Amino acid sequence: MSRKRDTELAEAEGPEASQAAPIVRFEAVSMAYGAEPDILRDVSFDLAPGSFHFLTGPSGAGKTSLLKLIYLADRATGGRIELFGRDVSTLKRSEMPRLRRRIGVVFQEFRLLAHLSAFDNTALAPRIAGRRPASYRDDVAELLTWVGLAKRMAAMPDALSGGEKQRLAIARAVVNRPDILIADEPTGNVDPATGARILRLFEELNKVGATVFIASHDEDLVARSGKPSFHLHAGVLTRYASEPRGAVQ
Amino acid sequence: MNRIAGRWWPAALLPRPDGRQFSLFFVIAVLSFLACLAAIGALAAGRAADGWRQQLVGSATVVVRAQGLESPDAAAARAAETLAGIKGVVEARALEKSEADGLIARFLGPGPIPADLPTPRLVAVDLAAARPATTADLSRALAADGLDATVEDHSLWTAEIMRTGALARYVAFGLLALIVVATGAAVAFATRQGLAARRDLVEVLHLAGATDGFIARLFQARFARMAALAGSAGGAAAALAGAGLHQFGQGQTLAAILPITWTDLAAALPCPFVAALTAAVTAGMTARATLDRTP
Repeated sequence: MSRKRDTELAEAEGPEASQAAPIVRFEAVSMAYGAEPDILRDVSFDLAPGSFHFLTGPSGAGKTSLLKLIYLADRATGGRIELFGRDVSTLKRSEMPRLRRRIGVVFQEFRLLAHLSAFDNTALAPRIAGRRPASYRDDVAELLTWVGLAKRMAAMPDALSGGEKQRLAIARAVVNRPDILIADEPTGNVDPATGARILRLFEELNKVGATVFIASHDEDLVARSGKPSFHLHAGVLTRYASEPRGAVQ
Repeated sequence: MNRIAGRWWPAALLPRPDGRQFSLFFVIAVLSFLACLAAIGALAAGRAADGWRQQLVGSATVVVRAQGLESPDAAAARAAETLAGIKGVVEARALEKSEADGLIARFLGPGPIPADLPTPRLVAVDLAAARPATTADLSRALAADGLDATVEDHSLWTAEIMRTGALARYVAFGLLALIVVATGAAVAFATRQGLAARRDLVEVLHLAGATDGFIARLFQARFARMAALAGSAGGAAAALAGAGLHQFGQGQTLAAILPITWTDLAAALPCPFVAALTAAVTAGMTARATLDRTP
């Protein structure tokens, strides 16, 4: 995607977003696994703080790979990625945890820890950050209530429905109030009503300041949301569609 | 979901131990048992060697041969008197003929010893513990009194016993070192296996912002706790075995070679701590090295 389009996107997001430094910046990024052909090719885009974007494209287009580059699960083979103003290629291993704590991730397959209750799964990030249980117990309970799991706090993941697991995964991703929330097909495993409910959760999080970036192959859902989207096809960003000016905080 | 006093409390981040970790528990318990037995054995062997050395250093034997018309008994009595007057000698006592005969009887076979057999007379000398008289002192005094006598030099045996005692200790320390290394190797193997088996968990923790140190500490704590329990079990079993040897081995040859005392059993006390420390250090280092190789 060209730099001109980035500028257009920033303008579409309003004056505040266009002035702030991007949280995520991709410049001509490419990525391949081993000797395989590139999964991502010459990908460039910015995500401004407080923005809400979708990443659309068919299965196998490279959406998950692109998200993995943002949440530092993989490394690009070409180009430059900036995260919170830092060039990730120069990051030391010891610096990664601090950046990762600013990123909330909702995985496509949830990746909940089966031996931990819903409450313990949600409390994972503050615990890793070294906070004392007394300092986040109430926050976790409140968050689980907000995602509609007040009565399922003690339940183990295997006992939860698909929708409940998805909401639990969202709660786990946002408990530390990350600067950016990344979700990979968050509505892919749930019915349309639950999907709409989950989308509302993301919108509420965006309203309180979180940058949201959602990968989805559900073009209808993206169209209904009215949010801007990037389209990825065969590893190349091919299309950008913006929402009406001012719709994104 | 753990609750303590009605409040939520964090559950363990690692799943409960499985069968593979029970195998490791058993291995560490057996190694701890062997390590404690080696330690108890080293203490007892050291004490035995020390006791034998004390006996040899604290005494001397003088063989007296009668000359001219002097009777063997008279020569022995004169030698005892001469020796008793030397500085560094506590007591010198001429052994009766029957006692001297008793010492050589085993070499002559059954039956009475002929009365005309010129058996040498012996003088048993007890030396002072602080500044004992030397073999040269005793020989010089006997020669000065015109006695034909030979002082048995125990220093050869003392050195031999000292060497044997030291060797027993080195062997025990070598065994302990080998056991510590074997414990470390078993824990390192289990740590690598544990990390491989929990790859998903490790990745989720990493992506949630966990440092390598945080994850390594989880495995470190898990294996240290398990090694402490295994060390306690192995140490207790070794203490029981030592107590059994002490109680039921009295009067046996083993009790003479390994005179185990109740205080020797205390060698098993540090076992849980040493096992836990070994496991903690090894698991921590292995986990960090393994995690460092992950993307």
